[in-house]
Amino acid sequence: MDLFSTLVLLLDSTVRLSVPLLFAALAGLYSERSGVFDIGLEGKMLAGAFAAGAAAAVSGSAWVGLMAAVLVSSFMALVHGFASITHRGNQIVSGVAINFIAAGSTIILGQAWFSQGGRTPLVGSDGRFGAIHLPFADALRGVPVVGPLYSQLLSGHSLLVYLAFLLVPFTWWVLFRTRFGLRLRAVGENPAAVDTAGISVQWLRYRAVICTGVLTGLAGTYLALAQNAGFVKDMTAGRGFIALAALIFAKWRPVPVMFACLLFGFLDALSIRIQGTPLPLIGRVPVQFMQALPYILTVVLLAGFIGRAIPPRAGGVPYVKER
Amino acid sequence: MSTPYAKLPAWADYGLIPLINLLVAFVVAGLVVLLIGENPLRAAVILVDGAIGRGQAIAYTLYYATSFIFTGLAVAVAFHCSLFNIGGEGQAYIGGLGVALVCLTFDSVLPWWLTFPLAIAGAALFGAAWAFIPAYFQAKRGSHIVITTIMFNFIAASLMVYLLVEVLKPAGSQAPQTRTFLEGGQLPKLNWMLEAVGLTVRSAPLNVSFLLALVAAFLVWVLIWRTRLGYEIRMRGHSPKAARYAGVSEVRVIIVTMLISGALAGMMALNPVMGDQNRLQIDFVTGAGFVGIAVALMGRSHPAGIVPAAILFGMLYQGGAELAFEMPGISRDMIVIIQGLVILFAGALEHMFRPSLQALFASFSPRAVGAEAKQGESA
Amino acid sequence: MAEAAIELKGISKSFGSVRANRDIDLKIAPGTIHGIIGENGAGKSTLMSILYGFYQADSGEIFVNGERAVIHASSDAIARGIGMVHQHFMLVHNFTVLENVILGAEGEPLLKTSIAKARSELERLERDYGLEVDPDAVIEDLPVGLQQRVEILKALFRGADILILDEPTGVLTPAEAEHLFRILRQLKDEGKTIVLITHKLREIMAVTDNVSVMRQGALVATRKTAETTVEELAELMVGRRVLLRVEKGDAHPGDFILSVKNLTVEDMRGVKMVDDVSLDVRTGEIVGIAGVAGNGQTELLETITGMRKAVSGTVTLDGAPVELTGEADPTDLRRRGMAHVPEDRHNMGLVLPFEENENAILGYHWQDKYVNGPFLDIEAIRRDAQGKIEKYDIRPTDARLKTANFSGGNQQKIVLAREMEQDPKVLIVGQPTRGVDVGAIEFIHKRLIDMRDQGKAVLLVSVELDEIRSLSDRILVMFAGRIVGERGPDATEGELGLLMAGVEEKEAAE
Repeated sequence: MDLFSTLVLLLDSTVRLSVPLLFAALAGLYSERSGVFDIGLEGKMLAGAFAAGAAAAVSGSAWVGLMAAVLVSSFMALVHGFASITHRGNQIVSGVAINFIAAGSTIILGQAWFSQGGRTPLVGSDGRFGAIHLPFADALRGVPVVGPLYSQLLSGHSLLVYLAFLLVPFTWWVLFRTRFGLRLRAVGENPAAVDTAGISVQWLRYRAVICTGVLTGLAGTYLALAQNAGFVKDMTAGRGFIALAALIFAKWRPVPVMFACLLFGFLDALSIRIQGTPLPLIGRVPVQFMQALPYILTVVLLAGFIGRAIPPRAGGVPYVKER
Repeated sequence: MSTPYAKLPAWADYGLIPLINLLVAFVVAGLVVLLIGENPLRAAVILVDGAIGRGQAIAYTLYYATSFIFTGLAVAVAFHCSLFNIGGEGQAYIGGLGVALVCLTFDSVLPWWLTFPLAIAGAALFGAAWAFIPAYFQAKRGSHIVITTIMFNFIAASLMVYLLVEVLKPAGSQAPQTRTFLEGGQLPKLNWMLEAVGLTVRSAPLNVSFLLALVAAFLVWVLIWRTRLGYEIRMRGHSPKAARYAGVSEVRVIIVTMLISGALAGMMALNPVMGDQNRLQIDFVTGAGFVGIAVALMGRSHPAGIVPAAILFGMLYQGGAELAFEMPGISRDMIVIIQGLVILFAGALEHMFRPSLQALFASFSPRAVGAEAKQGESA
Repeated sequence: MAEAAIELKGISKSFGSVRANRDIDLKIAPGTIHGIIGENGAGKSTLMSILYGFYQADSGEIFVNGERAVIHASSDAIARGIGMVHQHFMLVHNFTVLENVILGAEGEPLLKTSIAKARSELERLERDYGLEVDPDAVIEDLPVGLQQRVEILKALFRGADILILDEPTGVLTPAEAEHLFRILRQLKDEGKTIVLITHKLREIMAVTDNVSVMRQGALVATRKTAETTVEELAELMVGRRVLLRVEKGDAHPGDFILSVKNLTVEDMRGVKMVDDVSLDVRTGEIVGIAGVAGNGQTELLETITGMRKAVSGTVTLDGAPVELTGEADPTDLRRRGMAHVPEDRHNMGLVLPFEENENAILGYHWQDKYVNGPFLDIEAIRRDAQGKIEKYDIRPTDARLKTANFSGGNQQKIVLAREMEQDPKVLIVGQPTRGVDVGAIEFIHKRLIDMRDQGKAVLLVSVELDEIRSLSDRILVMFAGRIVGERGPDATEGELGLLMAGVEEKEAAE
C-alpha cells in the first residue's frame, strides 16, 4: 500500500510536470506541421510566463495574466513568422534569435518594472489558477485503489491541466477532421500544391504560428500562475527544448505527443523523487543522468535506432514559387 | 532556391546591408532601453566608453572577443558545409574538460609553453569528440544536426555537473570546481602589448589565446578558400548532389567539418579556463557558444568578418558590464537581447532591406543592377 | 464566332533582366484544343502561370469569356473556371486521392460532409470521362499516369471549363499519352476548352485544333493545325531551318570497352529501377538509350558512374571490374578514364554559386596539376579554366564569374569542356541538350560526334528521340528498368515509340 501511494504521488507530479511540456509540444506541432520549424518554443514560453506573472501581479487576476501571456507569445510567434514566412529567412536562426530576445528582455524588463532581481511579485490566490476539485473527490478518498487515483491523480489540478489534456484530442480532431487541418498538413508537405489549389500559403502558415503562439502562452501561464505564484528568471529552464524533443519523439502526432510528454514528465518526477536514493537492481543513478535522459532518448530516436522520425517534407524550407 | 535578386555592387552586398541590419538591431535595442526609462544615447556612450575608453577596458574587450572568435569560427566552418552547429556551447564546455585534464596532469611538471600546446590539443580533441556523435548521426543516419547538437548541449551540461560534483572536485571542497592550476597551467597575460602602445592596464584577463584565435581565423580562411578540403566542404555546402558526383564522400566531409567545428569551439575553453580562471568551474562558457552564432552570421561566415564581429560583441560584453554599473536597470542581460536582435536582423531577416535597396540602386543607375538570375544567395 | 474563352492582350513579364514574355496577344476559342509550342525556355510555362495566377504579369490584360479578369492568385483563376495540370504535379504525396482532390475546394469547415460529397462527384467524373482511379489510394503509391489523372480530376472537381496542361506527356509512355489525348478529346466534346503546352510537334499535330508558336518569350505565330505542317512549325519554333540530321560519317567501332552484365538496381524502397540490364559499348561508337523519362535511365547512369549501389550484376571498364556493391567511388572511375556529363546539370554537374573556374575542376580537383599537397593551386586552376573557355567558346569569358550567371547552353559547355578535356576513354552523357539553346545544341552534337571519331566510347541517354536517332550508331530502348530492344540508327520513330511504350516486339509486329 505504501508503494501504491508513492506511485500515486509520483504519477501526480508526472502529470503536473508534463503539462508545460504538453502545451509547448502541441504548440510546436501546429507550426512544424505547417512547415515552419520552431526551435523558439523555449523563448516564447519564457516570454509568456513573464507576461503572465507581470500582468497577474499588476492586475491581481489570473485571467488577465493569461491574456497577456497569450498576446506576448503570439507576438513573438508573429516575429518568427515575419522572418521565416514573409522574408523567407532561416527558421533555425530566427528561432535562436527569439530565444535570446526572450531570455534577455524578461530579465531586463522584470528588473526595471519590479526590481526584484528579475522576479515578478508573488501573486495571491486570485492571481493564480488554483486546484479544481472534481465532484465526490473527498467522498471517494477512502475507497481503496480507485479513491486515491480519483481524488489525488485526477482531481485537484488547475484548470490549465485539464485544458492541456483536452487539447490533445482537440488537436487531433482539428488536424484530421477539419478543413484547416487538412490544409495545414498539406502546406507542411507540399506548399506548391496548396498554392495552386488557390489557398494562400503565407496566411495559412501565419495562422499556424499564431496557434503556436497561443499555446506557448498557455505553457508560460501554467509555469508562472499554476505551478508557481509568479515569474522567476529563466523559469522555463530548457523545457521548450524538451517539448521539442517530445514532439520529434512523437513524430509530430498529437496523441503520441501526449505520451512522450508524460514520459519525459515522469523522468523528471522520478529524478526529483529518487534524488540519490539507490534504485533496486540498478543502484544509485546520478540525478544528472535522469535529467539528461530525455535528450539522450531523443538523440537515439533521431538516429533511427527506435523507429524513424520523418519531419514534414517542406519543414524548414521557405516557400518560393519555382521558376 | 531564392527569388531572383538583382545584383548589388559588392560593397553594398558585403558592407552596406550588414551595416543596415546591425543598425536596425541597435535601434530596436535602444527602444528597449527607452522602455525601461533610460536614455539610449547616454547608454550607448557609456557602453562604448566602457568598452574602449581605457586600456583596461580594451584588454577586457579583447579577452571576451577571443572566446567569440573561436566560437564564431566554429559556427562559420559548419555553415560552409551547410551544417548548423548549435552545439558550440556544449563543445566548448567539454573542451574545457580537455584543457583541465591536461593542466591538472602537467601543471606541476611542465612550463606553460609546453602545457599550452598539449592543452590546445586537449581542448580541440574533446570539443571535436563532442561534435563527432551528432556529426556521425547526421552523416550516417540522417538525424537533423540542429536538434542533436541542441540535445548535446544539455547532455554536456548534465555530464559536466556530474563530473565536477562527483569526480573532479578536490576532496573537502564545497564548490563544484577543480583545484586551481599551478603556474604551468596558466597562460601569460598579453597586457604588455597594450601597454607597449601607451595604454595602461591594471589587471585584465587578456592572454595569449587571443593570438591563437587570430591564427585560427587565418587558418580557417586558408582552409575554406585555399585547400582541397575547403573546396570539398563548400561543394557539399552548396550542393550535396554535386559533391557526390564529384566523388566527395558526404559522410567524410560532414564528419571532418564537424570535427573541425567542434575543435574550434573546444579551443574557446583555453581562454577562460587556462587564461583567466585557472580552474574548471561550472558554466564557464556562459553563452559564448551561442554568441558564436551571432558572430558568424554578422561576419557572413568569413574570418575577415568574424574577427571584427567578435570584437564588437567583446565590446558589448565589456561595455555592458560598465553600463550595468552606471545604469543598474541595464544589466548584462541587455547584451543577450542585443545578441538576439543581431541574430534576428543579420541572420533571419538579412534580406529584409535588400529589395528596397535594390530599387534605390536601380533608380540611381539602372545599369548597375544586372541580372543574377535564379541563384541569388544561398545560406 | 463566340467570345474567346481566353484572350491575352500585351502580356509581358521579366525575371530580373530575363524577359520571359514579351507583349503577347493570344485568343483561344471555346471548345477547342489549343496547342502552345516552343522550345524549352521559350516562355510557355511562364505565360500559362500568369494565366493561372501563379505569377503576376508586369503589363497586359487577361479576358476570360469576354470579361476582363484580374488574376492575382490561383484562386482567382479557379473562380473563373480555369484549371491547370502542372508539369510537376501539385499533389500532397502522403494524402489520398480524395484528400488531394478536395484540398482548397472543401466547401465547409468540417471534412466529413465534403469528403462524402467529393466521393460521389468523383464517381460521376469517373463515369463521364473514364477517369478511373481509386479515391482512397495514397498518391505516392500511384504510378505517374494515375497521378496525372488525379490532377485532371482536381481541376474538373473545381468546375474548370478551361484546362491548361503543361508538358503533360513528359513522364508518360506513348500509350499513356494516347490515352490522355483520348480523354482530352472527350473533354473537348463536352465543351471544355483545353490549352496544351508542349515542345513536341507530334502531339500538336495529333490532338490540337489550333496552335500558337512561342520563341524567346514572344508569340510568333498562330495557325490552324490542319493548315500547317511539322516543318513550318519547327521552323517557326527555332527561327530557321533545323538540321534534323547531324552530319556524321560512318562509325568505326573497335573493341568493347564498357560492358554491363545483368545489372539490377533498387531504390530506397526496394523497387527495381534497373532490372537485369546488359549492354556493351565499343570504342568509336555512340550507343544511345531511348526511353520515356523515369524508366530507369537515371539510375542506370548513376550506377555505371559509381554514384549508386547495385543489387547484382557487373560493370566492366576497359577489362577491369567496377565496384558496385560497397562504397562506390566516382573518383576512381575518373582515374580509369570514365567521364560523365550528368543529366542534372544544375544540381549535380555544377555548383551554381561557385565561380566558373571552380566548376571547371569539379570531380578532378584532386589532380596533381590543380593541387600542391593539401592546397589548391589557384593560379593553375584559373589558367586552366580560361583555356577551356576559349576552346569551347563559353560566354561570358570571365572564369571568375559565378556559374549561375551563365546561360543554360554555356553552363552545359562548362560541363562538357571539363569532361571532354580529360581525354576519357568512355564518355557517359545524360540529356546533353536539355534546356540548351539551338546554337549550343549543334555545337554539343558536333563535339559528341568528334569524340566518337577520336575513338572514344560514348553512352548517350536522352528522352529526345530525335537526338537519339541522329547521334546514335546503335539504339537501345529502356522501359520499366529493362532494355526492351536494340535497333540500328535507321529505326523509325514509330517502332522506337512502341518499344518505349513497353509493347513487346512480337506484339509490335502483330
